Amino acid sequence: MYSEKVMDHFEHPRNVGEIENASGVGTVGNAKCGDIMRMYLDIDDKGVIRDCKFKTFGCGAAVATSSMATELVKGKTVQEALQVTNKAVMEALDGLPPVKVHCSLLAEEAIHAALWDYAQKHGIKIEGLEKPKSDIHEGEEDEEEEY
Amino acid sequence: MEKRCIYLDNAATTKTAPQVLEAMLPYFSEHYGNPSSIYGLAGESREAVDKAREQIARVLNAPAKDIYFTAGGTEADNWALKAAFEAYKGKGNHIITTKIEHHAILHTCQYLEKERGARVTYLDVDEQGVVKLDQLEAAITPETILISVMFANNEIGTLQPVKEIGAIAREHGILFHTDAVQAFGQVPIDVEEMGIDMLSSSAHKINGPKGIGFLYIRKGLKLRSFIHGGAQERKRRAGTENVPGIVGYGAAAALAAETMEERAAKEQALRDHMIQRILEEIPHSRLNGHPQRRLPNNVNVCFRFVEGESLLILLDMAGICASSGSACTSGSLDPSHVLLAIGLPHEIAHGSLRLTLSHETTREEVDYTVDQIKEIVERMRGMSPLYEDFLKKQSE
Repeated sequence: MYSEKVMDHFEHPRNVGEIENASGVGTVGNAKCGDIMRMYLDIDDKGVIRDCKFKTFGCGAAVATSSMATELVKGKTVQEALQVTNKAVMEALDGLPPVKVHCSLLAEEAIHAALWDYAQKHGIKIEGLEKPKSDIHEGEEDEEEEY
Repeated sequence: MEKRCIYLDNAATTKTAPQVLEAMLPYFSEHYGNPSSIYGLAGESREAVDKAREQIARVLNAPAKDIYFTAGGTEADNWALKAAFEAYKGKGNHIITTKIEHHAILHTCQYLEKERGARVTYLDVDEQGVVKLDQLEAAITPETILISVMFANNEIGTLQPVKEIGAIAREHGILFHTDAVQAFGQVPIDVEEMGIDMLSSSAHKINGPKGIGFLYIRKGLKLRSFIHGGAQERKRRAGTENVPGIVGYGAAAALAAETMEERAAKEQALRDHMIQRILEEIPHSRLNGHPQRRLPNNVNVCFRFVEGESLLILLDMAGICASSGSACTSGSLDPSHVLLAIGLPHEIAHGSLRLTLSHETTREEVDYTVDQIKEIVERMRGMSPLYEDFLKKQSE
């Protein structure tokens, strides 16, 4: 059901991990729906994304779209990264099954959430960037069960 | 290295047994007559259908004429519920079932509610997936005409107290249907002793062919035909008989009954070994369903912080066929209704894994599978933001 590129990015995800003292971190999705993405950005003084890492809880498409999104924004300026849409991520992966399109939207939102965090931390405004809607704690009961 | 193929999804479907296939083959191009025809060639087909009906009836302790062949378990479930409702709606419109039924039951009940004026009670189950008998008794009203409770659950393998439910139904004069698709040929069933009025089953779950099932209907029930046309199946299920399928089903049922005890003992030992290793060796894992009262071949576990579909793809790459109750495998955003009904939070239900063994499964295969799961779960947790948060919370 997945393209070769999706399977490749799922099996060998690029840029998995965390960035310590990241310039911006964004987490989107909801564990209830089965997908959470966290994106870390390292941005230099000129506003260029030096490094990007991710962690994802989710299906094959969620992992692959996160991986591809990190590849696409790396080396880009903040403004350019904003242009990395879910469509761009999907195209780069040679498409996704219709039921998995929401995963690519999540990847776009994760980039935006990380950029928003960066802008907040540095007190700057990024043209065209809106406050991200998704929040992983939305509607989540605070229950901790131990197994 | 040759890629391994370890098939651990026998609750989804099974391999047709060689002796079953062999029994079927002559009925394609040798004894191909229509059982309804008059000439000798047709007689061969008719006799074969009769023989299969008897082979199946024997496994249930039922009269052969009370077995009605269908195109599968889903048709049998649809027929039982819709026809029983139509036949007895004069008496009342209330049906009692459970929250953990297969969709063939749940969606049929929803149809009856929406389109036919039925009122349906969906019983809760306890955290091991067992129906609460006191709740069942309390749900009964003078309007109740039918109780439908599955014999064994397809996801978590929990066996229901069918005999007790049958006794309750009998006491109140209510029909009792059970979806035994996962249980027939796997555990002993006696429709007399258990007070079962209707029972659905499907051949491909017990090493028989796909596309053939049956509904057992106790003599005297006024169930009408569901598929209209010819006079086949004592005028209750029209359509030329699927003779090779029926023959295969008979052979599979006879084989299943013959090997049941030995097979169950072997599968159960492997099942318990697998469960024990997983729970001991993989942190934050839990068993779903009842530890003892479960199908001999069913393992269903949850791993926190990982998602089921990813787990399945990685297992497939390691040559292991399994299944999951995660949303991504159900085509909706919600994880399995069964796992939610036993009280699992959504995020944990997304990380479920079902492994269903067969008589061919070896201990080596089980051990290899557990080793692979261990490695994959660890790798997936390494990239899970939920696990990252959990570790941070723990170190605080």
